[in-house]
Amino acid sequence: MTAVTTAPPTAAPVPKKKHRPRDTIAGWLFTAPMLVILGLFLVVPVGMALWVSFSDWTGRGSPFSANVAFVGMKNYQDLLGGGGLAERDFGTSLRNNAWYVVLVVPIQTIVAIVLAVLVNRQVLKGRGFFRTAFYFPSVTSSVAITVLWLFLFGATGAVNKVLGFLGIHGPSWFQDPSGVVHNILGAFGITQGPAFLTDNTVLGLPLWDWLAGPSVAMSAFIIMAVFTTSGTFMLLFIAALQNLSGEVQEAALIDGANGWQRFCYVTLPQLRPTIFTVVTLGLIGTWQVFDQIYTGTQGGPGKTTLTPAYLSYTSAFESQEWGRGAAIAFVLFVIIVFFTLLQRLVLRERPVSRRHRRIYGAPSQGAGK
Amino acid sequence: MQRSKSRWMLGAGIITVGALLLTGCGGSGFDDGAKSAAPGSQKLTVMIGSSGDAETAAVKEAVAGWSTSSGTASSVIAAADLNQQLSQGFASGKPADVFYVSTDALAGFAANGSLYAYGDKLANKADFYPGLVDSFTYGGKFYCAPKDFSTLGLVINTEMWKAAGLTDADIPTNWDQLSAVAKKLTSGGHVGLALSPEYARLGAFMVQAGGTLLNADQTQATVNTPANLAGLDYVKSLLKDGSAKFTTELGAGWGGEAFGKGKAAMTVEGNWIAGAMTADYPKVGYKVVQLPAGPQGAGTLQFSNCWGIAADSPNKDAAVKLVEKLTSTDQQMAFAKAFGVMPSVQSAAAQWKSANPAMTAFLDSAAGAKNMPSIKGSADVVADLNSQLESLATADPAKILASTQKNMEAVVSAK
Repeated sequence: MTAVTTAPPTAAPVPKKKHRPRDTIAGWLFTAPMLVILGLFLVVPVGMALWVSFSDWTGRGSPFSANVAFVGMKNYQDLLGGGGLAERDFGTSLRNNAWYVVLVVPIQTIVAIVLAVLVNRQVLKGRGFFRTAFYFPSVTSSVAITVLWLFLFGATGAVNKVLGFLGIHGPSWFQDPSGVVHNILGAFGITQGPAFLTDNTVLGLPLWDWLAGPSVAMSAFIIMAVFTTSGTFMLLFIAALQNLSGEVQEAALIDGANGWQRFCYVTLPQLRPTIFTVVTLGLIGTWQVFDQIYTGTQGGPGKTTLTPAYLSYTSAFESQEWGRGAAIAFVLFVIIVFFTLLQRLVLRERPVSRRHRRIYGAPSQGAGK
Repeated sequence: MQRSKSRWMLGAGIITVGALLLTGCGGSGFDDGAKSAAPGSQKLTVMIGSSGDAETAAVKEAVAGWSTSSGTASSVIAAADLNQQLSQGFASGKPADVFYVSTDALAGFAANGSLYAYGDKLANKADFYPGLVDSFTYGGKFYCAPKDFSTLGLVINTEMWKAAGLTDADIPTNWDQLSAVAKKLTSGGHVGLALSPEYARLGAFMVQAGGTLLNADQTQATVNTPANLAGLDYVKSLLKDGSAKFTTELGAGWGGEAFGKGKAAMTVEGNWIAGAMTADYPKVGYKVVQLPAGPQGAGTLQFSNCWGIAADSPNKDAAVKLVEKLTSTDQQMAFAKAFGVMPSVQSAAAQWKSANPAMTAFLDSAAGAKNMPSIKGSADVVADLNSQLESLATADPAKILASTQKNMEAVVSAK
């Protein structure tokens, strides 16, 4: 930018042309180390995994050796339409993880915004303490938190003791496979779904079971995810809030907006890029949930905490179905990319609509970004 | 100036890239096998999935003792996640030489050629219990030597037994008697019988009714049979009248925990319960008896691991010698003393019984014991069955068996 403005107009194109090939070489050279490292430790392994997902590799020796055969879509076929146990397990894991995502992502984003706004207020005494306290679960290893959770949510754990004081008989959390939605419906006497829900299956699982909701055990993990990740995202929101100019707030104040209106119509829209980041990170993180399951429940009770990431691991390392394990990983990858693009579409910057333009009384053309 | 600088950068860049390529690729080609030096002199690596410090220490001591007498260096690694670490070794072509293999992992490792089938080369082959040899035979080959084994027995809390006015004469020998004592032992604070909701416990009742998941040579799914249904129906009847409960309902991780905490007067567990009782619940008095007989006689399940040897090991002969030593009668008695397992060789039976008089019921029931299914993919089927058995109290046993039959048939036909 600066080079263009300082150079004499007539001489500018000449050095540009002369320097370009050399600059290109230098550019490539400077990025080469990173490209090699990424290629070696990212692109090659991903390529190998992709090949494994289309092969009958049995886990011995190199996947590229002569006795490993290409089996086409067979591994994907087993998962998505095989009609067997593999398909039903995959369907179950998707069901579990989908409920986890649907509940964790919105809750953790809202909690993070609320916490950030609370600890960002000038009047709050001991802000540093609260920020540290809220952030603390995020820096603790997820394995340690999982173990803590197993104690807290045990059948005779602290959570049930507290519920007991309130006269509620708590469930034995990590042993309860019943779905929360089914339980709520059961409270109204609905224990059997209508025929079109129980007879039609998707990925080997009846629609009625898809609607079961997270199991009680999965709910404990959902609470845990909100508890641990809200602090991290709170930091992002604090950083974003501190970047907002006070002038806009002042203008809103002068216009007579109350606190709630200022938050909804002034602060929140300005946080849109951060919300996008947080929701994207949240989506990726929640679709890949693994370590809590591995250390906590190993997919039980009743396979209701089985997730695609954990199923991929057990298919490969326990069942020696390496192709299937790799295929699960790639289906999961597609799911994550799909949802990221979808929410990008939803959260994109839109031009001001005609109705709003009329309300604001803004000039009709060229005002929108 | 400008020129020389960019030349210098070019040179530096090329050196960097070259160095990275060399360090990245040098000697790490994916096809490199283990390059063997002089055979026989190779160091042996032993990888175990240990139950605790006692087992690790005992195996280390035994392997070190063999090293000094044989002159072959060796080391013992206690794996954090055995199957994962083994798989990594097999994929890289540099696995541990000797390692534990569980029955459900055997088929996978044997099918892809990772295991060395050395069973017939063992000098003490005839000494192993035939049922155990069966469980480590895949495709007609005896792959690996059983390390030790366990069976299920009925564990009784002696204090609660007395409090309910029961004597030795009341020890149940059939299902009706078990139902009766379980009912008597159920009182306010505890239930009569605690069971883990899994095939590895409830399967014993199916065996007593004459059922198994697969036929003897594992070529046919036999899940959906009247015998298996009778076994599950019996367990369900215990659950329904409240005299038995699943450990999950009792807030315990396994039968031993529910039993040790006094939430149940009886449980069905294997001989590993002895170690847990000594370590965690030393004050609870208990005795072990054989499981009651069902309509088709006595029956229980047995569990075992074996000493696998890698097909890629450069020193297989020494490895076989090491396994012979580790499965010898004396060594197994030493292991039994150190961490409470049952020797896999018949020649140690009498000695073990006299050393462990309270545990003889476990060894006595070995005669009628059945193995867990071990064909490739059957572990997934059993895992699915377990997830359904968790709700046996409210579910229809016939439906559970029907869906498991379908899954098992798919596994058998894929074999």
